[in-house]
Amino acid sequence: MAIDQLLQAIPLDQLLIQTVNGIVAGMILALVASGLTLIFGIMDVVNFAHGELFMLGAYVGVIVLTATGNFWLALVIATLVIALLGAGIHVVALRPLLGRDPLTTILATFGISLVLQNYALWQFGPVARKIQEPFSGYFTLFYLDYPWYRLVIALLSAAIIGALWLFLKFGTYGIWIRATTQDRVMAQAMGIPVPQVLTAVFAIGAGMAAASGVLFGPLVGVNHAMGVDWVLKAFIVVVVGGMGNLGGSIAASIFISLLESYASIWVSPAQAVIFSFVVLILTLLFRPTGLFVPTPK
Amino acid sequence: MSDTPPQPLITVDDIHTYYGKSHILNGVSLEVGRGEVVGLLGRNGVGKSTTLKTIMGLVRPSRGRTLLEGCTITDFPAHRIARLGIGYVPEDRRIFRLLTVMENLRTGLDRRAVTEARKKELLDKIYAFFPMLAERRNQAGGTLSGGEQQMLAIARAMMLEPKIILLDEPTEGLMPRMVSQIRQIIDALHREGVAILLVEQNVPLTLDASRRVYIMEKGAVRHHALASQLRVNDAVIHQYLGV
Amino acid sequence: MTARHLVGYWMVFSAVLALLIAAPLALPEFWRQFLTEILIWGLLAMSSDLLIGYTGMVSFGHSAFFGLGIYGAAAALLWTSPPNLWMAFLFGLVAAAAVAAFVAYFSTRLRDIYFAITTLIFSQIFYVIIFTWTEVTGGENGLTFRRPALAVPGLFSVPFTSETLHWFVLAVVTLSYLVLRRITQSPFGMVLQSIRENEARTRAIGYPVERYKIVAVMLSGLFAGLAGVLYAIQNRFAAPDFVFFLVSGEVVIFNVMGGIGTLVGPIVGAAFFLLLREGFSRFFTEYYLIPVGLIFIAMVIFMPQGLLGFMRRSLNR
Repeated sequence: MAIDQLLQAIPLDQLLIQTVNGIVAGMILALVASGLTLIFGIMDVVNFAHGELFMLGAYVGVIVLTATGNFWLALVIATLVIALLGAGIHVVALRPLLGRDPLTTILATFGISLVLQNYALWQFGPVARKIQEPFSGYFTLFYLDYPWYRLVIALLSAAIIGALWLFLKFGTYGIWIRATTQDRVMAQAMGIPVPQVLTAVFAIGAGMAAASGVLFGPLVGVNHAMGVDWVLKAFIVVVVGGMGNLGGSIAASIFISLLESYASIWVSPAQAVIFSFVVLILTLLFRPTGLFVPTPK
Repeated sequence: MSDTPPQPLITVDDIHTYYGKSHILNGVSLEVGRGEVVGLLGRNGVGKSTTLKTIMGLVRPSRGRTLLEGCTITDFPAHRIARLGIGYVPEDRRIFRLLTVMENLRTGLDRRAVTEARKKELLDKIYAFFPMLAERRNQAGGTLSGGEQQMLAIARAMMLEPKIILLDEPTEGLMPRMVSQIRQIIDALHREGVAILLVEQNVPLTLDASRRVYIMEKGAVRHHALASQLRVNDAVIHQYLGV
Repeated sequence: MTARHLVGYWMVFSAVLALLIAAPLALPEFWRQFLTEILIWGLLAMSSDLLIGYTGMVSFGHSAFFGLGIYGAAAALLWTSPPNLWMAFLFGLVAAAAVAAFVAYFSTRLRDIYFAITTLIFSQIFYVIIFTWTEVTGGENGLTFRRPALAVPGLFSVPFTSETLHWFVLAVVTLSYLVLRRITQSPFGMVLQSIRENEARTRAIGYPVERYKIVAVMLSGLFAGLAGVLYAIQNRFAAPDFVFFLVSGEVVIFNVMGGIGTLVGPIVGAAFFLLLREGFSRFFTEYYLIPVGLIFIAMVIFMPQGLLGFMRRSLNR
């Protein structure tokens, strides 16, 4: 009898819907976080401006979409434009800081995030814009019509992350990046143009953030502050997943998003965020190098 | 027709370098000629490694110049200096532990000016030189033994097709059999026309392999002679390298 | 040499203090309040300097200490009738101390970047709690309350005027500066600076580094909370915006602009930033952060020691 009541209390269908939601949100978060973790892992730079790159990517997407009506074109162009912006930011503001106290890069990227956020506010105004989904259409998940688009986002994010992994594994540039990560000084002594490599990595991270912005655009409104929530979550993911650990941040992204999705069955989304915070605190207490990282020797 | 001496390959001209407040290099000057093997001896801590690092652009001197074939390279970034033809084999080898042997070699091999054919040629030559590297080409660098890592470090520098290789204590911690292998490699490089600036604690090896030798003490060069002269000059050796 | 230097230092100090005392008498109302606000933000920035400049720990969590100071004071001012000044201090400081203890416990074991990010996330945790717990904190709209009078129960009660409030704030801030200066020059302060220089070596010598860090965070949090109480008294409202991590970011900007490790530098930095903001908002309205942000970035790259950084040695001895 009691079991029946218990089973009735647990909304199984909602649970499953939220699982799918959680995984979708998790994959997008993974895309944002992997750019961040790439930048941190390889360059030791905490990129506070990452959320703003995400946001500007979404805006560029809006512009291109309005001009051409083609979502996929918007995705590609936004990624390229923001990657270029990222490269520019790195050359102008971050390269001069190479070799200095890591605090200075945190400050510089924080300043950049303020400037970019307010620039967006200035250029686009406070009213949220919308990105149209490239295709609508639903399939039935229990009693709900679940949009295809969300699944596609998840798959695309996974594909992009996969492409990144392949790029790092093979190819000359991948070797250069991995060598630079392991021993920056020796990489230079081998003729690897380390400053350029670092700029390229930053640009890649920026491009990934922009792509997430465009992909996520249709799910929320595009406005100047959209980056702020995401960057916070991304930082939690990066710490929980293990700084600089790509696989870890993906696992952590999904884990945390699932947690929040389940929580939002019972509490409001604003409060669901507290669960991620709790996970962070527990991680810091018991496994500060990351939940998904093998215990360091 | 005047008999002008050939321009040295590397010139170090009155270098002063500081680490924080310590005045490590106190006016170092030396030269390495084209294809020459030159030794740099001295006790621990006199600044031999720092001299190599300064040439390589990994450490900036506060005064003085370094020149490559007469061209000042003092302020060049290290990666540019490497591309100009200076190879560096550091004291602790510093191979990329998480990269495979092949990938380690590729860090030096993958240069835009090099054709695929030439790359294959270079690789084949290196694998012939170091057969045990060929066996382990897909193994991670960190899994190699100390001696093998030393071979890899040298092989990696050779991938740059350098005019000169800066060797920092290559025989440290190696078994005698490997030490003689290093000796043979130095000879082979010399035959290829590659100059070598050899920093070593192993005095007999250095005197045997080099044509000229500089001896450093307290951050400056104190003695300079032909290796042949030093081999019989026990007094000097005792004074600066005091065993 | 040192005696002469000290005399010079105190002379400058007295001169500046005299100016600040006289200022409200000469300034129009708007600037009077502006100056008081500068002092309050300056105190907040100074509290942060204890961590950033002296212990070498960058904290993005000061908005939590500050905000809890405000809310603590708000609670006291809403519950006591008539609103009691000293209870406001008590509640505000206790709240800030509690938060500081929480943050200190979790974060002091982490190094640099991890610490910075963690403090940031913690301040966001508190933001979310305050924002969503509407019944207690007023949620999005915050709380409004009345300004307490300067009162010693049983003896006298004098409501604050704009001038007397300024002098009160000035007194608190000056006292805080003197106390912090004493702390940074004490043996405790020397250990903190040694931690900043080389944590590993300080630990190797035998100092319980974590314990020192925890105390540093608590002290820093207390003074930040104090600034919060002052802010509550001055402005008579509390809002979650003050707990948002951007406030922490601005505090760090004050520190860097003014010069870390100088205690007065951050106050100058706060003044500089607020004046810039005031100035730019005449031309750029809400987008003042674009030019100010650019100036900040330029300062990080080209003038990392800040405005007073060159005086760091002399300000500390």
